[in-house]
Amino acid sequence: MIEGIPMTHVLIVSAFMFFAGICGFIIRRNMITILMSIELILNAVNINLVVFNKYLYPDQLQGQFFALFVVGIAAAEASVAIALIINIYRRLNSINVEQVNEMKY
Amino acid sequence: MESNSFFLMRNELILVGIAMILLVAEIFTKPEKKNGIITLAAVLFGLATVANFFPVPEGTLFGGSFITNPMTVFMKSVLNIGVFIVFLQSVTWLRKEENHGKISEYFILVISTLIGMNFMISSGDFLMMYIGLELATIPIAALAAFEKFHEKSAEAGIKLILTSALSSGILLYGLSFIYGTTGSIYFVDIVDKISSNPLQTFGLVFFVAGMAFKISLVPFHLWTADVYEGAPINITAYLSVVSKGAAAFTFMIILFRVFSAVTEIWQPLLYTLAVATMTVGNLFAIRQNNMKRFLAFSSIAQAGFILLGIMQGGELGMTTVVYFMLIYVFTNLAAFGVVSAISEATGKENITDYNSLYKTNPKLSLIMLLAMFSLAGIPPVAGFFGKFFLFTAAGAKGYYILVLIAVLNATVSLYYYLRVVKAMLIDKSDEPIGTFKTPWAMRASLLICVAGIFVIGFASAIYEYISSISFGIN
Repeated sequence: MIEGIPMTHVLIVSAFMFFAGICGFIIRRNMITILMSIELILNAVNINLVVFNKYLYPDQLQGQFFALFVVGIAAAEASVAIALIINIYRRLNSINVEQVNEMKY
Repeated sequence: MESNSFFLMRNELILVGIAMILLVAEIFTKPEKKNGIITLAAVLFGLATVANFFPVPEGTLFGGSFITNPMTVFMKSVLNIGVFIVFLQSVTWLRKEENHGKISEYFILVISTLIGMNFMISSGDFLMMYIGLELATIPIAALAAFEKFHEKSAEAGIKLILTSALSSGILLYGLSFIYGTTGSIYFVDIVDKISSNPLQTFGLVFFVAGMAFKISLVPFHLWTADVYEGAPINITAYLSVVSKGAAAFTFMIILFRVFSAVTEIWQPLLYTLAVATMTVGNLFAIRQNNMKRFLAFSSIAQAGFILLGIMQGGELGMTTVVYFMLIYVFTNLAAFGVVSAISEATGKENITDYNSLYKTNPKLSLIMLLAMFSLAGIPPVAGFFGKFFLFTAAGAKGYYILVLIAVLNATVSLYYYLRVVKAMLIDKSDEPIGTFKTPWAMRASLLICVAGIFVIGFASAIYEYISSISFGIN
């Protein structure tokens, strides 16, 4: 139990994580780092869901269940994404997004 | 729960069954007989498509997570028809040497995305919707990178998975605020607690942004053209018709069911998106030379028209959107079928390669002509009625300026659709595409598409049936 920490503090942490993830997605050039940024976004969502559940609706567990499913699906997503990144690496010998530019406009 | 209530999720269970049968068939088939799986999958899926036309009782399952009503069943039928046509079109491509070991993979991946879309359409809470959405997205990325030895296909796959993961992250962040302010993830509980409170508006905007990625609305469309160009052509057809249709249906259902109290917030939002999508989609389509990219931007522009119906917000809006989508399935798949047939036979995909196609392959060019007329909305074919009803719906709500912009955009779109027709019928070519024989499966699929293009526009019974089962806000 987290005594004495107001909910807004936790929400600020999750908002920071979310926007750090968006920022990382846009400015990073390495695909694995981009994938990590996405994980950051999804974890911000998880924090939000669990915090709302814990502080506002402690008698139900909908938020925590949602967070569990998000974790599971994020793993599936990451595994497919990494498989595709390996495929790109075999084709181009690089996982820099700047190199993946055969198609434009 | 009674055992016969599982009947409510009939289509999903049948699809799971088909996927399982194909999985087993893959194990017990000798390598030299793998082509038999194509026939097996097409026949089984055809039966499933027919089976879904039988009526199903209304009801909910799993404590309200899964909702079945005649409208969702009809939407699933529309998607089934689209997937069946795509299966018929992909026969030649799957028989190629390089895809020999991956035949059942293709069918299983497509069917699992279709199961995801079905759950998404029938969802009664945000968790079910999210799982359906992801099930409908992740395998598509694998499908887009299906020809993994081609650089473009690999690039399409990675672009799709990264952008769609970002979009679902954004969507989830919005949903977390909806949950935080309402205390529930069930649509029936949320709907009473939605107001124009800032946090909920924030959640709604993020939800719209996340869904707009999936339907590829401007300014969230940047992945579309690249993925459509890079993916194998049958996957592109699947993405542009079935995947987009399912996302549009879900978007509409959730806006109607959950956010019905705040129409004054999401209608201006969709207004802006519709104007931007139609205009940008059309303007970019003009400068394309690759057929797949051209059809990608054309499908972006068509998505803008769909928003007109969604904005109407009532039964009329839902009717027109589903009707438009049904026509769009046949029309767009006809266009993709011709592009696919030519690409398989000759490997050519550019509009300039189509010069004087009419002289060498008159039947194919006539089908392409019909598809282009239908996409542009020229009267005798069904596309005209689809667009006309969408405009009527928006006009009934009083969005006259939006309808004017849409009509102007439809006029602009005539230019680039007719550019293809001009290339086929008028332009001379030194080395035209040679005459070739189209395989029977492709012929069958094109025949279905042409029949659909003609019949749906004139059979008013279809429109009336959709109208009788649709629901709107209140």
